[in-house]
Amino acid sequence: MKEEFKMDTREKEIENLKDYKYGFTTDIENIKAPKGLNEEVIKFISKIKKEPKWMLDFRLKAFERFKLLKEPNWQKPKYPKIDYQDLYYYSAPKSMKDKPKSLDELDPKLLETYKKLGIPLQEQARLNGIAVDAVFDSVSVATTFKEELTKQGIIFCSMSEAIQKHPELVKKYLGTVIPTTDHFFATLNSAVFTDGSFVYIPEGVRCPMELSTYFRINASETGQFERTLIIADKGSYVSYLEGCTAPMRDENQLHAANVELIALDDAEIKYSTVQNWYPGDENGKGGIYNFVTKRGLCKGKNSKISWTQVETGSAITWKYPSCILKGDNSVGEFYSIAITNNYQKADTGTKMIHLGKNTKSKIISKGISAGFSDMTYRGLVDINSKAKNSSNYTQCDSLLMGNKCGAHTVPYIKNKNFDSNIAHEATTSKISEEQLHYCQQRGLNPEEAVGLIVNGFCKEVLQQLPMEFAVEAQKLVGISLEGSVG
Amino acid sequence: MSEQLQSDFDKLVKTSKFSNEEIKFKKNFLNNFIKNGFPNRKQEDWKFLDISQIIKKNISDLSFFNDYSQSNRIDPSILVDGLEHNKIMFINGKIEQIDFNLEDQNKIEIIDETKKDISFDYENSLIDLNSAFIDKVFKIIIKKNYSLKKPLIIYHSTSDKIKSTNINLRLDFELGENSCLKLIDYFSNTTTKNLINIFYNFNLEKDSILKNYKIDKFINNNLKYSFNNIEQGNNSVSETFILSSGSDYFKNEVNCNLNGEYSSAFVNGIFSLNENRQHEIRTTINHLVENTKSYQLIKSVLGKNSKSAYQGRIFVNSKAQKTDGYQLSKAILLDETSEFNAKPELEIYADDVKCSHGSASGSLDENSIFYLMSRGLNYQQSKELLINGFLMDVVEKITDVEIKNLITNIIGLKQ
Repeated sequence: MKEEFKMDTREKEIENLKDYKYGFTTDIENIKAPKGLNEEVIKFISKIKKEPKWMLDFRLKAFERFKLLKEPNWQKPKYPKIDYQDLYYYSAPKSMKDKPKSLDELDPKLLETYKKLGIPLQEQARLNGIAVDAVFDSVSVATTFKEELTKQGIIFCSMSEAIQKHPELVKKYLGTVIPTTDHFFATLNSAVFTDGSFVYIPEGVRCPMELSTYFRINASETGQFERTLIIADKGSYVSYLEGCTAPMRDENQLHAANVELIALDDAEIKYSTVQNWYPGDENGKGGIYNFVTKRGLCKGKNSKISWTQVETGSAITWKYPSCILKGDNSVGEFYSIAITNNYQKADTGTKMIHLGKNTKSKIISKGISAGFSDMTYRGLVDINSKAKNSSNYTQCDSLLMGNKCGAHTVPYIKNKNFDSNIAHEATTSKISEEQLHYCQQRGLNPEEAVGLIVNGFCKEVLQQLPMEFAVEAQKLVGISLEGSVG
Repeated sequence: MSEQLQSDFDKLVKTSKFSNEEIKFKKNFLNNFIKNGFPNRKQEDWKFLDISQIIKKNISDLSFFNDYSQSNRIDPSILVDGLEHNKIMFINGKIEQIDFNLEDQNKIEIIDETKKDISFDYENSLIDLNSAFIDKVFKIIIKKNYSLKKPLIIYHSTSDKIKSTNINLRLDFELGENSCLKLIDYFSNTTTKNLINIFYNFNLEKDSILKNYKIDKFINNNLKYSFNNIEQGNNSVSETFILSSGSDYFKNEVNCNLNGEYSSAFVNGIFSLNENRQHEIRTTINHLVENTKSYQLIKSVLGKNSKSAYQGRIFVNSKAQKTDGYQLSKAILLDETSEFNAKPELEIYADDVKCSHGSASGSLDENSIFYLMSRGLNYQQSKELLINGFLMDVVEKITDVEIKNLITNIIGLKQ
């Protein structure tokens, strides 16, 4: 009897999770910038956000550069041409125009949306001990837990607020890791970014809780361009998590964010992403184009930056969270699980650029492709001639389910230093019959058996995630592969 | 450059006896090359070592004209001792002699293919250049069930007569069912600053075996490019060994299409470089049907100012279930100015496969040196012994004992 009950709840759970449960839209009046991309729109965005002149100049400089750039097309997943004039570059819930002072003043509809998303925005937050900044379409709506963070001198707020209140920090660091002259999408972001999170951890402070941002694209025909800047001052530590969802729409939506991390002497930043943008339906219609630029700079000695990502959503994922290991003895890490199903495509990996002495980096990448999907790991390990005694270890494993999907590995390895070691290994295989047989023999059905094996395959990465999210991510892994086992 | 290409081409047409049809073909190739120019780092395959820059830097006065009306003297001193062999003498861009006297003449056929359309579908402008300026193209056919008794050595030689010139060679080989060919490319170029462009096209029928050994040992200042295209039928085996050491620049490209079931391809290579040498190996193995196998092992020892690059690609078609692919590249960097680049790439569309690759690079292991020195060797000896063992690993993969001994001697390794 007990057994039956167990099965029942599990089935229910799966039934609930099977469809993309974040696919709802919220009816909220939006303020939009006029469609299209030109100087006027950029000025409009800057004006509506009451930005100082240097910020507007920053945007316009980037836009000048953007006009000269061509869209890259060396990537593996090809997509139909995006008409950049046919997008809204700014969309904000109307009620946000006069920013609420506290959570109680928030539009109840917004709060309801976040409740549906399962974001612990209010009291829940306190219980879970997670400070949340939520970005809805283009504007950051609320930042919880402010007081406690302020006590320690930690600044955790939206980017627009930071530009107003802490211009000296923003001015000093914004664009130092991803300059306005970077590649096509990063430059576009520099010109039109709307909001995002800003984190500053003062010297010697260990951030007492996980910081978290939740992104959601709600309005149609909008692109989301958020910008995140995290600065960890000397000897500080912060763990930051972002999650993303979007409603189900037939059209493809563009998400081109920039994330900059800066770690000074002895500082450590841990950045985790659970990305679950709408991946399109089973025929590959709709879904988000996730073209994100993430880059961390280990500026100081003994600093450390660690990226962890679980990529299950998006029609196309195209991103390479990177570490520039500039400080001596700095450490870069990259842990990734990428899962593609149906017609999803992913071209993801990392770049580890060793510039300082005794720098170390580690890359663990796990790719799982099923259905008709295509998955590429593309990575660069570059050890400069000055980076004496550096080392890198890379491991990328791919798992294929079915013979309609593809898994590719394209590592670039450059060693210019004879004191340094680079080791790279990669394997591609399928779930072995023996493993399946073993699990099924012990009473699991094929689907459960695959789930168990896949979770084992991903374990190395999952255990890098903060505890609460590891559980969620583990569930997500199972859901993403639903129906791919025949 | 296009004007020079055109005028050199006109000069070539004037001095040689090409038929009108040949000239028409060649003009086509020339136009293609003029359109695309030399490959550069914008192309993914040429990212690490940009040949157009290297040519600019090394041969500023490159000429494409080669006078094919004059014949060249064969210098017997370059011949390999201690191994009976068939030979093809390729001197200054001209094939001067094809000698299969040790074999059954009925089993080998040599066809002059120059008059046929020799176009080859591959995105590479160097092949167009080759086809436009080449003298003669021969096809060598090994008949069914015939294994050559002795290996064939192709001597690549240049004399003082030639300088700063583009030299082209193309040979087509057809290995009939159950035949076997052992082919050694022996580079004894001593002159300087030529651009040597070699293209071999192999067609391996069912059950045939091809063994190709490329030996570039002697120090010279030439720039070389070699491209092997290997088409493999059922149960055929190809083995390629590359010793890449002497030239200023050498890029070896091997493209294997495993078209038949149970076919297998092996590519092994050694880079042993110093003093400004820049070498590259690029392998592409296309697993197109079920039950095929490939294996690659590339090792580098890099001295002062040298640079090596390895690009290996394993492609597995969705039909090619039960593929077994393995690829390993290792490098020892001896000096702070040496550089190793690698791009081991897997592109896989079938699920029941076993594919893996590995790459490691670093300096000599201090612990091993310490071990050897504590047993009475000096630093230099220990270093040499370790490098010897490191490279011997690749030489051991050569399946023909006679040739293995020859190559061991040429490299100067101790067994």
